[in-house]
Amino acid sequence: MAGGKEITTKIRSIENTRKVTSALEMVSASKIRKSQALMNATRPYARMMRRVMGHMSKANPEYRHPFTIEREEIKKVGYIIVSTDRGLCGGLNTNLFKLVLNDIGLWQGKGAQISLVTLGKKALAFFKNLKVEIAAHASGLGEKPQIEDLIGSIKVMLDAYREGTLDRLYIVYNDFINTMTQKPTMERLLPLPATDDEEIRDIWDYIYEPDAESLLDTVLVRYIESLVYQSVLENLASEHAARMIAMKNATDNAGELIDDLTLIFNKARQAAITQEISEIVGGAAAV
Amino acid sequence: MSKTIRCDIVSAHEEIYSGDAVMIFATGVVGELGISPRHAPLITQLKPGPVRVQQPDGEEVFFFVGGGILEVQPHIVTVLADTAVRADDLDEAAAVRAKEEAERELQDRTGEMEVAEAQAKLAEAIAQLQALEQLRKRLKR
Repeated sequence: MAGGKEITTKIRSIENTRKVTSALEMVSASKIRKSQALMNATRPYARMMRRVMGHMSKANPEYRHPFTIEREEIKKVGYIIVSTDRGLCGGLNTNLFKLVLNDIGLWQGKGAQISLVTLGKKALAFFKNLKVEIAAHASGLGEKPQIEDLIGSIKVMLDAYREGTLDRLYIVYNDFINTMTQKPTMERLLPLPATDDEEIRDIWDYIYEPDAESLLDTVLVRYIESLVYQSVLENLASEHAARMIAMKNATDNAGELIDDLTLIFNKARQAAITQEISEIVGGAAAV
Repeated sequence: MSKTIRCDIVSAHEEIYSGDAVMIFATGVVGELGISPRHAPLITQLKPGPVRVQQPDGEEVFFFVGGGILEVQPHIVTVLADTAVRADDLDEAAAVRAKEEAERELQDRTGEMEVAEAQAKLAEAIAQLQALEQLRKRLKR
């Protein structure tokens, strides 16, 4: 029976692969639900933050924070790139990096320098081969990222912005739209997009404790941190969704391969049987 | 005239409290605060400590916050609680750590990524050797 043994071994090995991919698929499916719950739990904070910021922008500001002032000349552009630690999640990271590369190209064309913060191992591995500065890095954030793990990397960029060595800051991450769709997204963090200044204000102001400057600073820093944190969670949910889809495809493909191989195996066996019979018949006729 | 004030307490991880209150007590950086309905607009940083909310039914609820921001509007109080322990030198240390992490990963030639790359190359080389071996066997025959 020609090749029968080889084909069965191959079928068995693909069956094992299929077991692994379908297990990974199920793991990711359950993780999506958890990370979605995390994502939803952080929404009230962002909503309240925006409410307070809205009130603050309506109050009588005798002081404008540097984070809200647009700079004329852009010498250096920063990106916070949110990626995954692990692979096997389809084109999730690649699509994101393509978006960043395009934008970096545009700024470099204008003569601006680039500085990156990479969150997640995949971003670091990708961007360290490029000739760009990597100012800070954090990885191993796990299934339940903590805001503490992000503060440091964010502060590096905020300090650079305060000192005037950085003129723009973007965040790039995969926006979780639903399980089937994740969208690579780029948003501007600094300078903060302006709120409409035109509306007529009532004349009122806060009682600031201790003072307006340090309070505004604290609120803005917290706001940016909460935006980055939200992005990290979005990206985490996207990662699990993308991995689930990738693994589902792999499982389906393995199934098709097994079907094809089984067909080949059956044909080979039938051919062998036919051959044996004709040999016996031929032998009997000769006698 | 309402005798209650709306109170929202949130942290980056979750919504902690949302409802009406008669009076809210908290510890600001400047001192203890008691906020009743129609308080003047105020915004303050909070010290780590308890936040006490008196509900309209007379019951009191306590929350511990590790610092944060408290904003008062005439009919609404918002507490943005910090989950992380914050201090300038702690933040500074975290920033330094993040920088070092990047430098270390960039310097480290035996980092995980290199190991993975080397393993991939090794697997390729082994496959080539095996192919050569099979070719040789076939030629001998």
